[in-house]
Amino acid sequence: MNLRRLCLLPARLWTALFFAIPLAIVVAYSFLTRGDYGGVEQPWTLENYQRLADPLYLAILWRSVWIAALATALCALLGFPLALFIVRAGARRNLYLQLVLLPFWTSFLVRTYAWLFILRDTGLINTMLLSLHLIRTPLQLLYNEGAVLTGLVYNFLPFFVLPVYATLERLDPALLEAAADLGARPFATLRRVIIPLSTPGIVAGSVLVFIPCLGAYLTPDLLGGGKSVMLGNLVQNQFTTARDWPFGSAASLILMLASAILLILLMRSRAARELM
Amino acid sequence: MKKHALGIYAALALAFLHVPLLVLIAFSFNASRFTVWEGFSLRWYQAAIADPQLGEGLLNSVIIAVIASAIATIIGTLAAYGMWRRSSPVLSGALYLSLVTPEIVTGVSLLALFQWTFRFLHLHLGIFTVVVAHVAFSIAYVAIVVSARLRDYDRTLEEAAMDLGASEWRAFRLVTLPLLAPAIAAAGLLALVVSFDDYVITSLVAGVDSETLPMVIYAMARRGVSPVVNAVSAFIVVLFGGLILLSQRLQQK
Amino acid sequence: MDPVLELRNVIKDFPGQRAVDHVSLTLEPGGFYSLLGPSGCGKTTTLRLIGGFDQPTAGEVLLNGARVDGLKPYERNVSTVFQNYALFPHLTALRNVEFGLRERRAVNSESKALAALELVQLAAKQDRYPAQLSGGEKQRVALARSIVLEPQLLLLDEPLAALDPKLRKQMRAELKAMQRKTGIAFLFVTHDQEEALSLSDKLAVMNQGRIEQFGTPMDVYLRPATPFVAGFLGAINWFGKAGVRPESTRISHEIPEGVPWRRAAVESTLFLGNCVHLNALLENGDRVIAEVPRDHHTFQEGESVCIHWRPADELHFE
Repeated sequence: MNLRRLCLLPARLWTALFFAIPLAIVVAYSFLTRGDYGGVEQPWTLENYQRLADPLYLAILWRSVWIAALATALCALLGFPLALFIVRAGARRNLYLQLVLLPFWTSFLVRTYAWLFILRDTGLINTMLLSLHLIRTPLQLLYNEGAVLTGLVYNFLPFFVLPVYATLERLDPALLEAAADLGARPFATLRRVIIPLSTPGIVAGSVLVFIPCLGAYLTPDLLGGGKSVMLGNLVQNQFTTARDWPFGSAASLILMLASAILLILLMRSRAARELM
Repeated sequence: MKKHALGIYAALALAFLHVPLLVLIAFSFNASRFTVWEGFSLRWYQAAIADPQLGEGLLNSVIIAVIASAIATIIGTLAAYGMWRRSSPVLSGALYLSLVTPEIVTGVSLLALFQWTFRFLHLHLGIFTVVVAHVAFSIAYVAIVVSARLRDYDRTLEEAAMDLGASEWRAFRLVTLPLLAPAIAAAGLLALVVSFDDYVITSLVAGVDSETLPMVIYAMARRGVSPVVNAVSAFIVVLFGGLILLSQRLQQK
Repeated sequence: MDPVLELRNVIKDFPGQRAVDHVSLTLEPGGFYSLLGPSGCGKTTTLRLIGGFDQPTAGEVLLNGARVDGLKPYERNVSTVFQNYALFPHLTALRNVEFGLRERRAVNSESKALAALELVQLAAKQDRYPAQLSGGEKQRVALARSIVLEPQLLLLDEPLAALDPKLRKQMRAELKAMQRKTGIAFLFVTHDQEEALSLSDKLAVMNQGRIEQFGTPMDVYLRPATPFVAGFLGAINWFGKAGVRPESTRISHEIPEGVPWRRAAVESTLFLGNCVHLNALLENGDRVIAEVPRDHHTFQEGESVCIHWRPADELHFE
């Protein structure tokens, strides 16, 4: 066996054993039935997938898509101007880039907990507002979709900023001068030249935010309370408390497929080609 | 005014990104447990250090992170090298997929694997299963960092070594590996952080007596906000920040 | 009639360097003008000051008699053809040309753009994207894009620099024809003196941020104002303070009568096709080039010869 094969072997083995096979098991489980004591047994059935079509679960699916889409849109709206600012900072680009990434270099759990600390009834915002006598009773800022969105946007904003920044950085400055020369005021140049040309970055950034948001678990779990159950929470619940592994597997597979399809579409799109 | 609008916005956005963590850290030094500043104190840090659960969680996290990152670094580096010699679409596809797969899915699939095989193997969930899981998702990170460095690496260096009599393996070991060393170290540090930070996958495949630090923190956060969590968070922020900074410096060598 | 462009004592400073040094220039409407000079002489900076991409440190810029120093590029009736064309990659040729018209909310913008493309003979490629066009075609689209806005002054920043020599010569002729046809004043920046001489009604020779001479091609070539101008526009032989062009430098075996002469040794000969350049070494160590017609070439390397010229052909400077 040549050296190259040997080098690839450990990774191939580990990935096959502890990534591919587990996924195959989940696929198999999704077509099986829940045993009496929470195990997994025959018969093979499509019931788990049919159950997902139940309005209760469809609502969860829909909520996941909706929250992920909203989070992506917010990241785009907040992230694009930020990327623009960094690109225009000239020599200080790297500094600002580091500043944007800095919070990212901490624990995801800590970042999510920070919002718990800020938004809860006795948290920072409420305490401040109460002490300033702007409100009489604490505002319910936590345990709702808004809190989940805040947590998601906070955590995934850099995922949008980076690809957009990469695209903007490659923009030929002469194009902006040409647009001004032809009569376009700054906002027109932004609308007609800069944004269309940063489409690859916007597309990549959007997919890179949407996918993890779709499969979010920790954020809705800590910040959403019981009210914002997303697909990730459903899966976790089925594999632990509810002990319905086949059903949980079906939900996992839906999540997995959605993520994989989006990724494949992105990799094959013009966006990927332009960014690579 | 218009010119400065973007700058003002950027300042606000950066504040949004940094203030939550700064506030968290600031209140870890608060003398009282309420979210009202009542003076500087280190009592929460003292409480954290004295807490046996936190201590055990930290120990488990460190052990797991060190072992898992070591294994992942070796496997990932070899994989990156192999793919640099000639690309393997299947492996790189699988690695990308592992990065994109939601953690919850990776977690439950591994749980399913372990539960299924442990019936025959008479094993149970514990540190060992956590390490296995961590290695599985860290390989991709290591491969990416090392591949990035290899992209700029001159192929003819190994060819020169072989021309001078070295075997393929010796060429790799004596020429390429030393040059890759900073990137490998950087990747290892990244794997360390990624492993240390993981909650979702770990919580599913850890046993009862192999709680990691994130799991302890999560339990505490669930019970209610305590400044002890703030203190531990501050510690983690500094720790991770330092490790990542070091990793980046190494990648630039 | 106001001059289309007037620069009055314009200065542009960058940290550590004065790029444009007290430049004054007046251009009349409808002419083809050039800014000629070596790299770093300030010609591109001057162009950018006129276009509005930079502001002068001091001095005034006037377009059609009105001061424009503070105005942005989109507020000036000047258009620029960029060195690398700066065509918008996400728009077709037609939409590129239409860009400025749509910005002005002009009526019939599409048909006007099409007409401009026909003018540069690219109507057939209106739906192509810049990536699908050749260098020469991109240049013509850039030209059409600016001309369609009917500016009073068109600025061209070394537009032919990226083209291969044969295409360059062809484009030169097309540019000249375009200028005559549209009647727009062209200000053409280049470092190629052949280009400047062949195209311009008048040209300004720049050196180190200053305009050393502004005149017709004949003026500038035959009556250079400074040694720099003389040397930049063509080769020149120096005999003390006097300069003589190679084509006015004669060679003979015997001492000539009634004209200034020097003794020299032939170093080498260069056959250029239509004529021959003889490199000769003077007694004082200077080298000179004499241009002789092909059939008059009877000189060997190493031969001792007489270099002579007519006093009327001497160029003198202060």
